[in-house]
Amino acid sequence: MLTSFFNWWVIVITLVNIFACYWLIKWTMKSRPNESAAGESTGHKWDDVEELNNPLPKWWLWMFYFTIVFSLIYLVLYPGLGNFKGTLGWTSHNQYDGEMADSDAKYGPIFAAFSAKSVPELAKDPEAIQAGQRLFSSYCSQCHGSDAKGTTGYPNLSDNDWLYGGEPDMIKQSILMGRNGVMPAFGAALGVKGVEDVAAYVQSMSGRKVDAASAEAGKAQFDVMCIACHQADGKGSYLFGAPNLTDKTWLHGSTASRIKQTITEGRLSKMPAHNEFLGEDKTHVLAGYIYSLSN
Amino acid sequence: METYNYKVVRQFAIMTVVWGIVGMTVGVFIAAELIWPQLSLDLPWLAYGRLRALHTNAVVFAFGGSALFATSYYVVQRTCHTRLFSPGLAAFTFWGWTLVIVLAAITLPLGFTSSKEYAELEWPIDILITLVWVSYAVVFFGTIMKRRVKHIYVANWFYGAFILTIAVLHLFNSAAMPIALFGGSMMKSYSVYHGAIDAMVQWWYGHNAVGFFLTAGFLGMMYYFIPKVSNRPVFSYRLSVVHFWALISTYMWAGPHHLHYTALPDWTQSVGMVFSLILLAPSWGGMINGIMTLSGAWHKLRTDPVLKFLVVSLSFYGMSTFEGPMMAIKTVNALSHYTDWTVGHVHSGALGWVALVSIGSMYALIPWVFNKEGMYSTKLIDTHFWIATIGVVLYITAMWISGVMQGLMWRAVNADGTLTYSFVESLEATYPFYFVRLLGGLLFLSGMFIMAYNVYKTVAGSTVTDAEVTQPAH
Repeated sequence: MLTSFFNWWVIVITLVNIFACYWLIKWTMKSRPNESAAGESTGHKWDDVEELNNPLPKWWLWMFYFTIVFSLIYLVLYPGLGNFKGTLGWTSHNQYDGEMADSDAKYGPIFAAFSAKSVPELAKDPEAIQAGQRLFSSYCSQCHGSDAKGTTGYPNLSDNDWLYGGEPDMIKQSILMGRNGVMPAFGAALGVKGVEDVAAYVQSMSGRKVDAASAEAGKAQFDVMCIACHQADGKGSYLFGAPNLTDKTWLHGSTASRIKQTITEGRLSKMPAHNEFLGEDKTHVLAGYIYSLSN
Repeated sequence: METYNYKVVRQFAIMTVVWGIVGMTVGVFIAAELIWPQLSLDLPWLAYGRLRALHTNAVVFAFGGSALFATSYYVVQRTCHTRLFSPGLAAFTFWGWTLVIVLAAITLPLGFTSSKEYAELEWPIDILITLVWVSYAVVFFGTIMKRRVKHIYVANWFYGAFILTIAVLHLFNSAAMPIALFGGSMMKSYSVYHGAIDAMVQWWYGHNAVGFFLTAGFLGMMYYFIPKVSNRPVFSYRLSVVHFWALISTYMWAGPHHLHYTALPDWTQSVGMVFSLILLAPSWGGMINGIMTLSGAWHKLRTDPVLKFLVVSLSFYGMSTFEGPMMAIKTVNALSHYTDWTVGHVHSGALGWVALVSIGSMYALIPWVFNKEGMYSTKLIDTHFWIATIGVVLYITAMWISGVMQGLMWRAVNADGTLTYSFVESLEATYPFYFVRLLGGLLFLSGMFIMAYNVYKTVAGSTVTDAEVTQPAH
């Protein structure tokens, strides 16, 4: 809401400018004493350039008048003149709400019909898979990729290797509420040598060749600092979204330097919550599609 | 014996060609980056996001700006029948403006940016721009003050409105708080406006940069060079009065059409839309006045390619000032916004109108101020005309088609209400049009190289003398 002063300020200068256009046309069209005839030079001359005294073209004038009249009608019908709401009662918010309500009424039942089936059942229903795949393209593919195979920092959803659990309810929880994956930075606590050692131990967990002494020293540090989330066996925990370190899947990169960077600087991973865009029914169908990729 | 000050005109005229080539080369490069992103070689200073700002600054302010400086300094002297006011300040505007452009070419690739579109330069450069612009105003209006004719010629109304308004726009929109005041970097500042107000101020600036820099300024150019080159009187004095005042008053309101369906209040969007529509007739007033000026001289189009540039530029001007109001209508904007249609619209104005009228005017102006009968080769001007025109047409039709296609793809839904296309599918569908656009840009750029050769052959080795100030007619 504009204050009373600015309300009138907007109304007055808007209308003054529109009516000034009309007045300007009328004022310029008036013939004046001693002026030259139509089509003749006005008598002024600059650097040998002259101007003719031709009238305003008719078709152009009508176009001008039309836009002025259209604008005045528009400003009666729609909000524009300060706090005046317009006679149609239109606002961009109620247009949005109306369109959303219409689409919910039209498409809502299609998705509601799927809610009778369980997620594993939907994963075998070609119609549900198609709808879920379309939702995936719109909402998920930007990060997880069109093929759901992810990329560095964004999990692969098709390999049945899960950070937060692959049960239908856990998948839906991830979509609806989002996830915050926090790997704290250990660079200061471990020091350069400590990071080297822990990285060596972490690599040894998945059977990679490392310096045995360094890995041994790393294990001692790991058992103090890392097991709360990654567990003593390094297999991670769905509760914290802590990755399994004993397999071949590396969310933030598998090279020694990437692993050291992860330990030194930590990682922040964010899966945004989608309940506001998708709601329960669409999430159910989407979960069916994602479940189908690895089951 | 008083002579005109042609030195500063010659300097800006030559730099118009140079900056045109620089700015358009960057444009062609970033158009290619959209097809082959690896062209950036993973170097941050070659990233699209940084070079895009360099492209817009270079073509609008370096190329367009130099053309406006050159022609306004020439026109104001000739039509006031007096020498340019303050040669010292005029020289300062040339070197100052050149320094601004060089600083832009260094700081933008390095990533220094205020992040305001078409006003990306950081505050130390903004201050230099202010100094140059105030000097420009003093030189221009100082010359108007000492004119030896009673009436002020219409071209000077437009140049004057352009100079005054750009000063106001620049000062308000670039108002910012340097973080250096709080111990931060010298090259970073934050806008003094916030949220939706910042967006509104930005597009009030942005649209009036189009309205006053790219429209009013170049209408000033048109109002001198069309009657001069065709040797015909201006069609209608009355029309110029109506369209001048209506144009400058209604343009001021049109900015919010860049922010339809955003957090901007509804009333602001409506007002922006209706004034954009009212703007159609005042915009077309300039086109009508220019084209009707040629009536009785149409046969000259066959022999004079300079006139072709000028007339075709007016056609593009008319087309894009019709397209603009249409795109400002909310229902049309809902389709066109954020698509390549906007890019096409901008370039039909920037290449079709601004560049063609500048190129035509330079082909007329350069022989005049370098003491030559004419350009080195008329045939090369004609070649340039055709290459440039084909280039513009390819560019804008490619962007129209791809823009409408993107808008339709983004809103297409399946029977279940899900989107038919993912974003990346619309991007994939855009690729062929990116190629056509690149080709159009390459053609336009090669025209500029032809121009550079022609200009070089015209001016090389010439001994320049400034013309004597002519006597007013009465």
